[in-house]
Amino acid sequence: MDILNSIGLFLQSTVQMGTILLFATLGGILCERVGHLNLGIEGMMLMGAVIGFFTGYHTGSGWAAFIAAAIAGGFGALIYAVITVTFLGNQIVTGLVLSIFGTGFSSFVGLPLSTVTMPQSAMAPFRAFKVPLLSKIPVLGPALFEQSIYVHIGLILAIFMYIYINKTRFGLNLRAIGENPASADASGININLYKYIHIIVGGMLCGLGGAYLTLVYVPLWQDGITSGMGWIAVTLIIFSSWNPIKAIFSAYLFGALRSIGFKLQNIQIPKIGGGTFILNSQLLNMLPYIMTIVVLVIIALRKKREEQPPAWLSLPYFREDR
Amino acid sequence: MQKYDIELINISKSFGIVKANSEISLSIAPGEIHALLGENGSGKSTLMNILSGIYTPDEGIIKLDGSEVKFNSPSDSIAAGIGMVHQHFKLVDVMSATENILIGLPGGLFIKPKKATREIQAVADKYGLKIDLSKKVYEMSVSEKQTVEIMKVLYRGARILILDEPTAVLTPQEIVSLFGILRNMKASGCSIIIITHKLNEVMEISDRVTVLHKGRSIKTLVTSETDMTELTTLMVGKPISLEIKRTDAAAELIKPLLEVSDLTVLNADKREVLDNMSFTLSSGEILGVAGIAGSGQKELCETIAGLQRAASGDIIYKGQSIIKMNPRDIIKKGITMSFIPEDRLGMGLVGGMSVIDNVILKKVQMQKGIIVDRKAGKKAAERMIERFGINTPSTHTIVRKLSGGNIQKVLLGREIEMNPELLITAYPVRGLDIGASYNIYDILNEQKSKGVGILFIGEDLDVLLGLCDRIMVIHSGKNMGIVDAKSTTKEKLGLMMLGQRPDDMAS
Repeated sequence: MDILNSIGLFLQSTVQMGTILLFATLGGILCERVGHLNLGIEGMMLMGAVIGFFTGYHTGSGWAAFIAAAIAGGFGALIYAVITVTFLGNQIVTGLVLSIFGTGFSSFVGLPLSTVTMPQSAMAPFRAFKVPLLSKIPVLGPALFEQSIYVHIGLILAIFMYIYINKTRFGLNLRAIGENPASADASGININLYKYIHIIVGGMLCGLGGAYLTLVYVPLWQDGITSGMGWIAVTLIIFSSWNPIKAIFSAYLFGALRSIGFKLQNIQIPKIGGGTFILNSQLLNMLPYIMTIVVLVIIALRKKREEQPPAWLSLPYFREDR
Repeated sequence: MQKYDIELINISKSFGIVKANSEISLSIAPGEIHALLGENGSGKSTLMNILSGIYTPDEGIIKLDGSEVKFNSPSDSIAAGIGMVHQHFKLVDVMSATENILIGLPGGLFIKPKKATREIQAVADKYGLKIDLSKKVYEMSVSEKQTVEIMKVLYRGARILILDEPTAVLTPQEIVSLFGILRNMKASGCSIIIITHKLNEVMEISDRVTVLHKGRSIKTLVTSETDMTELTTLMVGKPISLEIKRTDAAAELIKPLLEVSDLTVLNADKREVLDNMSFTLSSGEILGVAGIAGSGQKELCETIAGLQRAASGDIIYKGQSIIKMNPRDIIKKGITMSFIPEDRLGMGLVGGMSVIDNVILKKVQMQKGIIVDRKAGKKAAERMIERFGINTPSTHTIVRKLSGGNIQKVLLGREIEMNPELLITAYPVRGLDIGASYNIYDILNEQKSKGVGILFIGEDLDVLLGLCDRIMVIHSGKNMGIVDAKSTTKEKLGLMMLGQRPDDMAS
């Protein structure tokens, strides 16, 4: 029973860690589905994280913080959209710049915040609650039904996004733009409007991913709090084949890798020939990134047409190009 | 006064300093098939892109049913009942036919695939189109893709249909069935604009024809009152003979040169892209290769040139097996390849480099030392420009800035400068106008009479019949048979391209 309990707790922290990645991955999927590669995820997460914390600290309202975080992420994405959609700027460079900008912006805004704590009233809406009956399920109960509402929002969002992309008319148009904008254009779709909307909403989700850290998970502000999770999300987008349902599983898998790092650190492993070897946290923190490299290799070997990236990803589209 | 569905009056459009259309006028009567005839670069596609709202004209008026309209985007044009079937299909590969047809259509939030499929099928049946709506586009043949494009336009209720070079990629049999569909559409009241540069098709299908030349509309004629000679003269701007002169190499030059036996090549998915292919080629001979696009033409060229590895079989060149050699050694043996892909620059030339540099790129392989001999390169480039009449401001001009015909001459010219004994050339006249094409045919014939063996991968059957000595037809990587170009017919070649062997045909 004890072992089941600790597995349950491990899964619980897996899901929490995975939620950060899930929001960011969903945001990235939305953006890449309209054919825009946004490497600014890390930057938008940090912007959401710091503005979320800032708003929560000053207003004492959790939901105001939630909304402000989304707007901050969306604002980062808007900058990206203006440069890449309207001015056809290079998407890779613009994304990288956005990441650097977001890091600097969050450091600047966060400077006075690193010594303060979040008021209880702002944290209240996101406290973990037990869903009656369901939370009693062994192992899975605590992982899925003893969580913050934030976690549930992420899951529901993923499911909605799947339906939106695959079953609705907007989703069809969206996919067409990412695959072949010339085709979408000739069919009379307002391509730039679609791109703006989805890039900005994608940025909002990234901002919310970052804010989960500062509002729920930690909840404090530290400089560079996302610690590279935005970059993992870039891989997870590929790993989940641009599919929001698969994004749930890949985000939770990487969540597990990160939380296993916390669980295993400082465990002493007996060395052959006497003595012990301590798994230090630096080594364990490398795990998700090592896995990222492995995943990228696996993905490169994938051949199925439906699992390939949107064909027009990262390419500019100008109607009167010849 | 004649009533027109659509009128274009004095349309002009420039791209930078290039005037693609200047003061073009065109009017389409209800229920007519109107051919738009002109060489490449004469402004046909630009004009139709204006009509379908993709480009906005600099000057000029578009009138729909007598009243002036402005098309700011494709959706305006679609709303006006105009539908365009583009030359380069605008389809999403990973989607099914149904999904492709539904893109951009208004309607409820959720797509109802079954209901939509039923409705589309009903429209298809009305016009007699055969189509598998659940098939993914990437699994379709070229002609199936075209059917999807046509369906897309018809399902939107278009009454004016524009087809941009619809027959360029079809076999003769597929062309017959396409024309049948067009006649059905005409019978049900649609107007059709068909863009082409093939005169026999203009004569066969159209009611009226408008000739464009260098961005201007020269004349509109009633098809039944004109003939091919008049149209050619109008199109080219001067009288021109449509015969390709076949030359013959002196008998003593004709020796066995290349022997390919049981050649099998696999692609990444381990499928045979070349399947047990065998044939021979002599010096002083042009062997044509006909086949639907993607039947293994590219793989054949690349395997002989050493760029792809064969799974089995052998390639004997002048008595020696070259199958295991690398491209560099194969070039040294006197085999060169020029492959013109659809985007022209994709293979062979570096678009951002000058003419000289592109020449040096190949010559440098033969040279000793590490410093590039630019003087020799310049000399070779000048010689080539002179010999092939390449129209370029200087040898330092960046290749991408030249016109299509001149780019192709640079590519072919560079290969011929190497004094090859075996010249592999794929689609050398792709996208060229009549004058430039005949220029290339002359170059090939000249090489042939010098005793060079030429493997000519072609697409236009008339050209293959006129230029080649023998024609090999390939179908999904298999050799369907080699026929004598002087005695075979287009219909027979078409059937072979679709996978029939000549001995199965009752002739």
